Parts: sequence; structure tokens; C-alpha cells
Amino acid sequence: MEVGQMQRRLLEYTKSLFMEGVLDNQFLQLQQLQDESNPDFVAEVVSLFFADSERLLNDLTRALDQPTIDFKMVDSHVHQLKGSSSSIGAERIKNACVAFRNFCEEQNIEGCMSCLQQVKQEYCLVKNKLETLFRMEQQIVAAGGSIPMMELSF
Amino acid sequence: MVCNMETDLIEDMDIEGLPSMWPEDIGSDKQFNVERPGGGQDMLEEVTIPEDQTIVDFKRLLELTNYTDKGSSQMAYLVKHWEYRQSNAVRLLREELDNLSRQRQESELKKLEILEEHRFEEEGYGGDKRPISIMDELSDMWKDVCPRKNDVVFQSKRVEVDAEYDTVEYWKQRALDLEKMLEASGQREQALMEKLNESVTNLEKQSSPVEELSQILKRADNFLHFVLQNAPVVMGHQDILGKTDVEIFSGAGVKESQDFKREVLEKGLPAKREITFETELFGSKTFLIYVEPVFSKSGETIGVNYMGMDVTDQVRKREKMAKLREEIAVQKAKETELNKTIHITEETMRAKQMLATMSHEIRSPLTGVVSMAEILSNTKLDWEQRQLLGVMISSGDLVLQLINDILDLSKVESGVMKLEAAKFRPREVVKHVLQTAAASLQKILMLEGDIADDVPIEVIGDVLRIRQILTNLISNAIKFTPEGKVGIKLYVVPEPPFAKEGLKQKSKAYQSATDAVKEEKHQPKSQTASDQNGFHDKKHGEGYQDHKHDDDPGTPVSHGNSMDEDLEATVWIRCDVYDTGIGIPENALPTLFRKYMQVSADHARKYGGTGLGLAICKQLVELMGGRLTVTSKVHCGSTFTFILPYQVSPIEENSDDPDDLSDMADQDSVTDDVTAGFFQFQPRTLGSLFSSNGTSRSKKLLPNSIGFGSAHKVNGFSETSYSFPSNNRQKETAPLEDACSVAEVAETLSEPESSFSHSPEPENETEVSRGKQCHVETTSWFQNPATESTSHSEANREMIQTSKTNEPQKICEMQEKPDRISQSPSSSSAEVPETKPKPKPKILLVEDNKINVMVAKSMMKQLGHSIDVVNNGVEAVHAVQCQNYDLILMDVCMPVMDGLKATRLIRSFEDTGNWDAAAEAGIEQAMPSSGSSNHFKRIPIIAMTANALSESAEECFANGMDSFVSKPVTFQKLKECLEQYFP
Repeated sequence: MEVGQMQRRLLEYTKSLFMEGVLDNQFLQLQQLQDESNPDFVAEVVSLFFADSERLLNDLTRALDQPTIDFKMVDSHVHQLKGSSSSIGAERIKNACVAFRNFCEEQNIEGCMSCLQQVKQEYCLVKNKLETLFRMEQQIVAAGGSIPMMELSF
Repeated sequence: MVCNMETDLIEDMDIEGLPSMWPEDIGSDKQFNVERPGGGQDMLEEVTIPEDQTIVDFKRLLELTNYTDKGSSQMAYLVKHWEYRQSNAVRLLREELDNLSRQRQESELKKLEILEEHRFEEEGYGGDKRPISIMDELSDMWKDVCPRKNDVVFQSKRVEVDAEYDTVEYWKQRALDLEKMLEASGQREQALMEKLNESVTNLEKQSSPVEELSQILKRADNFLHFVLQNAPVVMGHQDILGKTDVEIFSGAGVKESQDFKREVLEKGLPAKREITFETELFGSKTFLIYVEPVFSKSGETIGVNYMGMDVTDQVRKREKMAKLREEIAVQKAKETELNKTIHITEETMRAKQMLATMSHEIRSPLTGVVSMAEILSNTKLDWEQRQLLGVMISSGDLVLQLINDILDLSKVESGVMKLEAAKFRPREVVKHVLQTAAASLQKILMLEGDIADDVPIEVIGDVLRIRQILTNLISNAIKFTPEGKVGIKLYVVPEPPFAKEGLKQKSKAYQSATDAVKEEKHQPKSQTASDQNGFHDKKHGEGYQDHKHDDDPGTPVSHGNSMDEDLEATVWIRCDVYDTGIGIPENALPTLFRKYMQVSADHARKYGGTGLGLAICKQLVELMGGRLTVTSKVHCGSTFTFILPYQVSPIEENSDDPDDLSDMADQDSVTDDVTAGFFQFQPRTLGSLFSSNGTSRSKKLLPNSIGFGSAHKVNGFSETSYSFPSNNRQKETAPLEDACSVAEVAETLSEPESSFSHSPEPENETEVSRGKQCHVETTSWFQNPATESTSHSEANREMIQTSKTNEPQKICEMQEKPDRISQSPSSSSAEVPETKPKPKPKILLVEDNKINVMVAKSMMKQLGHSIDVVNNGVEAVHAVQCQNYDLILMDVCMPVMDGLKATRLIRSFEDTGNWDAAAEAGIEQAMPSSGSSNHFKRIPIIAMTANALSESAEECFANGMDSFVSKPVTFQKLKECLEQYFP
């Protein structure tokens, strides 16, 4: 595939991620922080996010499995997840987390369970999308092209 | 009898015959314009009535009466009347007839009786048993029925016979008598017959109704003639006979009356109306018009009866009455209003009085509370307590200020406020006010005082109030000036136009105190003029070579010059308080001096204050006979100007008697240059301790020894910063050599963040760093300036004590020297930018989320900052214990210890100098030795909050954080935030 075409596809794909609300402006912030001195910054942050999130999701699943649920702990995990997801701009996870925390506050187990499922879904979605994105970027780089930057304004 | 009837009839007919022609409510004759002839005067005397008109045309009469309803009713009435009369006459006649026939019967009976009597007598006088004659009884009866019968002589006389009974004589006589009686009876009969005849003829005479009717008509006719005769006031009756109303009347009102008539005609209902006519002879006349429709037999309206009555007077009276009534109503309303106003005024007065009293009552205990709180604040407290106490004191101060303001205002308003007249030195007042302001200055502002040379050294006035005004204006100026300068300018002006009234007022106000001043006036004054001149001449150079007041050529105002001649000359001094602040929008100027008014609610929120300050200033200035005005330009600044008259006492010699200086108790002011006309107070300037002015005073203004001590403790750290005191020293000394009396105050010594820049004497610092006893040196250093006060040295001693105890730390700090240089906040370097390059600030990030850390770190890297990262509040406290940071970015929500608590602990340390609060919270001191001496400066702490709701922000501020950044942190936000702290 031609580099230019790949670049266009990447841009379109990124744009679709924003349109679908998977990502928000904060992700652009991350992209802006990436420069020559720190060429894999976004990937690093995102992979850290994946690792962290998976840990948190496991913790959450375990916490909600307990006969007596420590809502405080659940809340702090969700808070963590919310913080990191908002930091990388994973908007849908963040939104799910907000709902999750509300149920936590109400100590609504069912709500929490369904929210956990949703967060997991959103996480998988973001993970897949971002992995695709990175793959495309890698392909471009491998093909000798540079990664086009999203316009900040759209 | 006929005659009687006639007179009766006239009166009857007047009212009964034409009853419906006049409106019912017109009762009295007075309403008619008709003059009633006086008693005895014949009404018809003057009227010549042709008698031939009495002939009645019956046909015409019938026609007339049948034409209208009214006519036929009139006719019916007449007929009825006639019938009544007729029946009456018939009744009378019948009675008469009855009477007569009865009399005849009687007389016949009598005759019979007489005959019988005679017979009886002849038979034997037995019939004498009925001695009462029937006639007598009858006549008695008749008396009741018909009193007219009285005139009929009808006596029954017992025949008296003198002769002896039963003689021939007797009988003869008796026969004669009876004969006579018979004769009389016959005569009576005759008379009765005559009367009957008479009655009959009478009856015949009355019997014609036509005659009667014609008589009535004649009377009516006569009456009309009479009315016309008596109505020449409006028009001659010749003018109207045979004319219609339209022809008769002209002018205004006629049309209206015509319309009215037409209206009644159409409606078919009688109506009244007042119509004003313009008559030729009498001008405007108002008539009450009554119009009644006249119906034909078939019910159609065929015309109107029209009646008018002059009610001009009544209308006039009525109008007058209405007017009066209206006036009364207005009067009453006014009265009520007045009463209300009086009531309100009374209420207001009472409320004011009450407010004043209450304020006074509140003030005393509140003062107690605030001062106790202040004392408490000097004891050892933990951070939280200190914070609470701080809020308590500041709130208390605000309330106290408000109450004082209210009291002042009510005093001025009620005229209770008395002004005192005392000598004072305007220069010193200005200086003092500026110093005081500078002492609590929290911005980079230049405070200037510029007093023209023609301003007398001493004037008489109420220095307390003048200071109050100046302080108020200056603090306002500072409040609304973010940067630039604020200053006071004093110069003499010619007598302003409002002077006359003002002077009067002023002299009144001052009256009480002038005597006391006069006594003081001639006290010896020992200060030599040359002392003061020394600085002054040099400072102003050629422009103001001769500054002495009495022979200063530059003094343009006669008042100033005449000081020597007059004992009590008045000088008008204008005072400008100017700033380069936010200014005042033009639309806010008019309300500026009003009570409780601030430029806008926004301003009130942003800048605080009671909104009473300017109102009080204005009232005070006016009380002293001056004027307070303001000019302002938005974003450029404002200038408040007040012109006040002062009495000037003759100055043969300059007074330095401390008693004279009502507001200057300090001994050191003696050595001050009393004529120095220019002061400048720069915050955070260096070497201020050496300046000639205000040194010791500013020290005294230091709020407590802690702030003071801390300022000096940090002196010890840096050799590089050595350079800026010396630099400044040179800078300072240059003007000092020029004998410029630039006064620089160490007011900011009390401010932690400025402490870095206050690096004084090199010896002092090296002494400390060497860890030697520095007592002697420091003392001597403080003795350097000539103006050393006891309180000052006391403060020094205290400071030295603390620095002694902290020696080990100082040494330790020295080892960290390079770090510290880089840590010096850029705020200090901004002051002296030429001395060294901008240091890199040391930033601590407290954040538990790894991703966030990564992002933030990367952003900071792009911004050119490297940061230390810790993961929770406890670690943050540890970090602060070990290192000096210039900025902390603190996540609020963290495990182990959240950002709010960590901030509180750090603030507590900054306030108290120890980590007791942290220890209580279970945090062990990481480096026990490096604790208390390291820094007392306030580290800016920026919160990073996940939800940027205002509540959360408030919580951050309440816990001692300086600002906040909402998460997720973006490059822009971070940049803005850092720029705020490291410009």
C-alpha cells in the first residue's frame, strides 16, 4: 500500500475514533507530547494504560465477587481507572466510570456489575481500536512515512 | 261667598292646577327668578288685563283640551272640580230646604200646639206637662249642623201674661200675645223663603262650569302676564310674545338646549339638565332646564314642556363648594403624607440612634474578642487552629471596621462629631500613612508621597481625621491597583470658590479646640532649620534651593506667605491620592460616595470592603470645610482629590517638641528631615534598613516576631545572593549620597515569599553561616543606621536568639547551596533581574496514577521543567521535609493520604516551623535535622482535581491550596498555571 494512502487511512481511522467518542481531545494532547526525543510516547502511555487498566479491571471483578463488597475499594479502583482513562482521552471508558462511581455511591451491586461489564466492553473496544491505530502507524513508519498529525480542530 | 271662593281658587290652582310643570325637587319660591310681591300688594295691580278676553270659545276649548293628554287631564280636572262644587252646592241647598221644611213643620206644629194649648187651657190646663218647645230642641240641633242659622232670630218666648189667670183680661192679653207670635212666625217664614230664593239664584249663578273654567284660564293668563312682567331681567316681555324660543334666544347654550329638547322628544322621558347660556345682558348664566315630553292622546310625543330656572348662583356656589371640598381633600392628603413622613423620619432617627448605640455596644465586646484572638494567635497552635483563628480574626476585623464606619457615619450625620484642632506636620502624616500602607502591602506597588515646598511644615487641623481620610483613600487605591504606583501629592492652592461657606463651617467645627492650640503655639522649638534643610536642598537641587517657608519665592499663595504676619492664617492644601489602578467607570462616579455603594457587585465580591469608606471620607472632608472629588479613567487609574483649609501657626522656629506632634510620638522623627517633600516606598527593595526614613517605624509595624525572625533566618543561605544586597547597596547609597530622602521600608520582611530578596549585610550572613556567635555583629549592623530605636534592637535580639538555635540547620543549608540558588523563586529575581539568570524552579508532582504521572511529566518536560514525583500525600510531606520546592502539583484524591490533608500539613509547617502536625498525623520526619529552618516561605500548591466544580475548588482553597487545575491536565492548562507562578 502506498504511504500516502496509508496516511490518509490512518487519519480517517483516527477521525472515526473521535467521531465514535472512543477518544477525545486529550488523546491529541498525548500525540502532541510525542516528539523526536520521545518518539513512542503515545504508545508507551497507552500500553501503560492497558496494563494498569487490566489490573484494575481484575481487581474490580474480584472485589465485586466478594460476598461483602468493599464499595470504598471499588470506588477507589474506579476512580483510578477514570483518572487514567481521562488522561489518555478514552472518553467512553471515562463516561462508563462516572456511571460506575454513582452506583458505587448508592452501593447498588447490580448497577456496579452491569457497569463493570460495560467498562470492560469499552476497554476492549478502546484497546482494539488503539491497537489497530498503532499497527497502522507502525506500518506507515515501516513504509518510511511519517505519522500524520490530526488537526486539533475538527 | 263667590269672592271667597275665587281667592281660594287662585291659590289652589297655582299648585293643584299645574302640578307637573315644575320638577318635584324645586320646592321653595326662592329658586324662581320671580320677585314675590310684598304682603298687601296686589299682585295684579300693575297688570292691565283686557276684560273682553274672558269670552270662552267652547269649541276651541274642547279642541285645545282634546289635543293633548295634558289638556284633557286638565279638562277632566276642571270638570271634576266643577262637579264637586256642584254637588256641594246641591248638598247645601238640600240642607237649606230640609231646614226650611222642618221649620215650617215646626211652625205648623207650634201653631197646632198653641191651638191645642188654648184648647187645653180651656179644658183645664192639663197640657202643661210638656213645657219644652220642640222648636227649642230643633234650634239646638241646628246649631251643630248649620251655624249659619244663628243669624235667624228665632226665639220661643214663653208668653208672659201679667193679668190674673182666667180673667177676661188674661185671655185677651194671651190672645194678643199669640197673635204676635204668629205674626213673628209668619215673618220668619218669609225670611226663610227669601233666603231660599237667594240660594236658588246663587246656585244658578254658580252652576256654569264654563264660567269657572274661563275664570281659571284667565287667572293663568294673568299669571303668565305677571311672570313676564316680572321677568324683564332677561328680556322684555314684548320681545318674546309671539316668538319661538329659537327666535328669542341666541348665543352659546341655545344649541345645547335645543339638542336637549330634541333628545327628550325622542326618548319620551322627562329630564333635567344644566345648561349655560350666554345672555347679552347678563353674561354667562346657568339654567336648570326641565323638559317634559307632551304626548298626544294616541301616545305620540307632540312636543315638550320646557322650563328653565336660573341656577347660576347655585352652580357657582356648588362649584366653589366642590373646589373647597377638593382643597380640603388635598389638604388632608398632604397632612397624612406629612404625618407619614414625620413618622418615617422619627423612625429613621430612632433606627439610626439605635444602630449607633448598638454598634457601640457591639464594638466593645467585639474588640475583646478580636484582641484576645490576636493574643491567641501568638501562642503555639497547630495549622488547623491557626487557620481557624486567622478566619476569626479577619472576620472580626471586618465587623469591627464596619461598626467603626457606621459609628463614624452616624456621628458625622448627627453632627456629634467634633473636630480637634492640633498642630501637625503634613509631611509626616503623609509619610506615616504611606509607611503604614506599605507595611501591609501585598503587591508590587510603588508608594509615593510628594509634598510641595509651599506646604507649611506645620498646620493646624484634625490630624486624626485627616489621617483617616488619607489612610482610607490610600488603602482603596492600593486595593484597586494591581500594579504600578499609588501616591499622595500635597500642594497649596488658592482659596477655592466654595471656601466661604466651608470656612464658616470649619471655624465652627474647630472652635472648641483652637484655644488649646494657641497655648501651645509659643512653646520653644529647638529643632534647627539647618538640620532639615540639609537634605532638602540637596535633594531638590537648584529647583528648590530655598525651601524655607517664610521666604520661599516659590510659594505662590498669599496665605502661605502671610504666615509670619498673621497668627492664624488659613492655607488651602490640596491633596491628590492617585493610583494607576483599574479606574472607575463614569457611570459609577455619581454613586461613588454614597453609603454602601461599590462600583459593582462584582467589585464588592472581588475586593471586599464595606462600601462605607468613601462616604465617610466625603463627610469628614465636608465637615472640615473642604471638598472631596474624584477623577478617573478606566484602566488608567483614579485620582481622589480633597482640598482642606488649615490654620497655619507662625513658625519663627521649627518645632520639634514631641508634644506638638500629635501623631508622631516617635522620638526618631526628630532627626527626620521635617521638610522632606518626597517619599517613596518600594516593596521588596533591599538595603532598606539603611535608609534614613522610617526604618525603625517599619520595624515596629511588623506584626510579630516570627515573620521577622524568619526573614532573617533565611538570610543565611546564599553567597551568590550576596551580590544583590551589595548591588542594591550601591544603588541605594547613591541616592543617599545625594541626600535624597528616599524612604524604603522593609515592610515586606513579614512576608514569607519575599524573604529571599531581603538579604542584608554580608557580614551578618557570613557570621551565621560560619555558625559563630553573631550577636555582636548583628547588633552592630543594626546600629549602623543612625535611627536606631529600642524596639528595633529588641526585635533584633529576638531574631538573633532564633538564629542561634538554628545554626546547625544553617550549616546544613549551606551544603545545599547550589540547589537553593536554583530554587530562588523568580519573584525575587524579577525584582533584581540584572543580578542573576532565572533559576529553574523545582517542582513536585504528587499523583498516584501512573498514567497521569507520565502525561504530566511529559508535559512538564515540554515546558522545560523537570519534576519530582511522589505518589501520595505522605510521600509529598516527606519530600517537602527533605527538599525545597517552588511549586507543588497536588492530586486531590489519592490513597494513603489525600492532597488536601498533605497540603494542610505542609501549610502547618510553614506557619509553625515544625512538623508536629505531620507527626500527629503519623508521618515520621524523614530527615530530622532539616526540618524547621529550611524554609518558611509559602510553597504554592496547585491542586489537580478530577471534577472542577466550584465546591471542590473552594475546598482546595480552604485547605490552603493556591489554585487548581482540572483534570485531565492539558498542556495549555499546565502552561498557564506555571506561568502564573514562574512568569
